[in-house]
Amino acid sequence: MSLEIEQQVKLLEEQIKSLQSRQANDQISIIVFSGDLDKVLASMIIATGAAAMDMNVKMFFTFWGTATLRDKAKSAKGKDFMSKMFGFMLPKGSTKLKLSKMNMCGMGTSMLKDLMKKKGTPSLEELIATAAELGVEINICEMSMNLMGFKREEMMNYPKLTYCGVASYLADADESRIQLFI
Amino acid sequence: MNTDELKSLKSDKVVDARGTACPGPLLAAKKAIGDIQSGQVMEILSSDEGTKNDIPKWCKKMNYEYYGSIDEDGIYRLFLKK
Repeated sequence: MSLEIEQQVKLLEEQIKSLQSRQANDQISIIVFSGDLDKVLASMIIATGAAAMDMNVKMFFTFWGTATLRDKAKSAKGKDFMSKMFGFMLPKGSTKLKLSKMNMCGMGTSMLKDLMKKKGTPSLEELIATAAELGVEINICEMSMNLMGFKREEMMNYPKLTYCGVASYLADADESRIQLFI
Repeated sequence: MNTDELKSLKSDKVVDARGTACPGPLLAAKKAIGDIQSGQVMEILSSDEGTKNDIPKWCKKMNYEYYGSIDEDGIYRLFLKK
């Protein structure tokens, strides 16, 4: 009888251990799919806010979002025709993003930027700098880079920058309490 | 704490986040909190009314003690203990 109980206790201990290892961390994963100014702003506000709350923050920039991280002062050589076209058509960095609504040939975007300055809302560039200070991790989708023809040498300097794929995102999301797709 | 008690508090650090909107005050508070020791009092000045709801939640998450806020003509003074 006591042997049976002992075995049951052992089994329970093992189960608890495996449950504990699967418990989510105090971590947030954010996919930034959009390259629209308003949406990237929202994602950076959430990211810096979460970092201010001492959460681990992992951002994954993919598809149109990738263009946000281009450095307007940098360029890359040896691109093929399509890559050059994409490079030309897509915004070169955070300052060149446009609003998803009411852009009005750029008028809406510059109006919003003026308004943000007046109201004391941090700009996207300030938020990215704060994110760097607070240790927010930025992951860039390698496949999107290839697809859009972006090269690593034209991306911005950021302390915690890595290039990865879907498995990295999923592994991090699996450990996160909050996951967002923006 | 009531207003009089808050007014009589001696802040070890004052963070002036007036004129900034969300997430400015929160980020300013986060930056400043590293400058004080546990047990010390920090005061946050904000003109953004949402800060009154945000800072108590931040305190709860960070395990800081939130004392309360005073409204002074559209400026909010928020007090907390690290």
